[in-house]
Amino acid sequence: MPVQKNLVKALEFADAQEFHGIPLPKSFTDVLGRKLFLFLLTLQGLGAFALITLGVLLRKYRVAGRVVHPRVRQEINRSGVALLPMFVFLALGLGFLVVGQTVSALAKVGAINYLGSTMVIVVVRELGPLLTAMLLLARVGTAQVIELGTARALGEVEALEALGIDPVHYLIVPRVIGMMAGMFSLTVYLIIGALASGYLCAFLQGVALTPSDYYHQLAEALSWLDFVLLALKTTVFGFCIAMVACYHGLAQPLRLEDVSRVAVRAVTQGVMVCVLIDAGFIVVYLLS
Amino acid sequence: MNSNEPSAAIEMQGVTVSALRDITRPVLENVNWTVAPGEVWVVAGRQHSGKTDLLMTAAGLLPPVTGSCRLWGREAREFGEAELPDRLRVGLVFATGQLFSQLTLAENIALPLRYHGNLAAGEAERDLRGLLEFFELTPLANALPAQVSRDWPLRTALARALVLKPHLLLCDHPLGGLGPRHRQWWLQFLDQLSRGHEQLGGRPVTLVVTTEELAYWKSADRRFALLRDKQLIPLGAWAELAGSPDPALQELLAAPPEI
Repeated sequence: MPVQKNLVKALEFADAQEFHGIPLPKSFTDVLGRKLFLFLLTLQGLGAFALITLGVLLRKYRVAGRVVHPRVRQEINRSGVALLPMFVFLALGLGFLVVGQTVSALAKVGAINYLGSTMVIVVVRELGPLLTAMLLLARVGTAQVIELGTARALGEVEALEALGIDPVHYLIVPRVIGMMAGMFSLTVYLIIGALASGYLCAFLQGVALTPSDYYHQLAEALSWLDFVLLALKTTVFGFCIAMVACYHGLAQPLRLEDVSRVAVRAVTQGVMVCVLIDAGFIVVYLLS
Repeated sequence: MNSNEPSAAIEMQGVTVSALRDITRPVLENVNWTVAPGEVWVVAGRQHSGKTDLLMTAAGLLPPVTGSCRLWGREAREFGEAELPDRLRVGLVFATGQLFSQLTLAENIALPLRYHGNLAAGEAERDLRGLLEFFELTPLANALPAQVSRDWPLRTALARALVLKPHLLLCDHPLGGLGPRHRQWWLQFLDQLSRGHEQLGGRPVTLVVTTEELAYWKSADRRFALLRDKQLIPLGAWAELAGSPDPALQELLAAPPEI
């Protein structure tokens, strides 16, 4: 309860500072300080919300399975299966636009032997997970903020509490699991699709590279760390996107007119969180 | 009354009630109020007098800023998962129904039963057929709340609150905006509920309703209270209301009854 109280106070303070016409301080350092303070408050709130969600996820895994598990499947479908056609299209586009051009450029300077390592760095480590995260944030994350924000504004969260149903268990847990599973699967499909269509593009451009050579180069460039970090990165991205979306939609009292504002804020913070996490993973790659 | 049953369903002592949307703003102060099991209370007040916030506090959903609010003898702010059975003895019907907009009316009613009983959709549906029939909701069972007129979501919210068979039912402004037929149905049903209805196995239910139109609730068996100037003022029985010179009370009494 004290955590929730502090969270509400912090959010109200942040809201008042940011949106309700409090005049900006005069000096640049004051503005910077205020922004930093608001950022830390948001981080604190997100952290607390993430811990609460993880606690509920682990503690209530078996509670009301016949109600919650179908919702989990529904969310996996929404964040993963339903987006597959869009990701196939995107993988083809990515392969033709980016990978095909890289293959062609490397061939021109006689550096075709570096193809495998270039592809792994560009597509497997960076572009695949980050692009998937951005698309999931835009396509599913936004919808989640709006759904949850509307439910919050219409009092559905209080109705759940009145019925003894934990809103985090019923509303958040399925979305978090769905987003994590969807993020991982779609990234894998995007990478495979982009690499395949990239080769197709290179083949059409007449680059002298057999499928077998291409496959061997990729296999040699990939290490076990790539697989581990890919799995870790995508699930962390999925968890964080779901957290940002659900936190802004659910963790604070909202009115209907606030919903569009928090949706914009959630997308901005989601992008920032993903970029920061990505930077963290780059450090791990560089150190390994 | 059971010998183990506490003497009060709701007991508030020195309670300050905050607004649900702004927990730093007190809407009622120093509330001292006791609802005994089996009683029917009608709490009247103008708009924004704190009726909803009072019920949310009474239901244990909004912790009091100060004072003690006890439900069935247990401090409401201490309610955790272990006390869930006690928590589920309280049913709450919101003023606007507050149904889950993505679920059909039948799914809304079934949800608490499914969640707490870990039931599949089909199992709950079988159990609820009689209830839907009784509430005249069978033809609308598969409609979404937005697809039916306002009267029906409110009735669905009542069915949803009763599906877990509560001992105490809190209804927030249940007659607001209802047509005459539905209003009549509600008044009759709540009256039967307080005396013991077959839907709850004949057990009388303690009832608290809020209203802005006192005249509809005229009955010698009910107890009345008024919310005014951030205070809850217990008024007693109907006979004591009519003679009161209080202009706020007279205004609430003057609302035109159409029944």
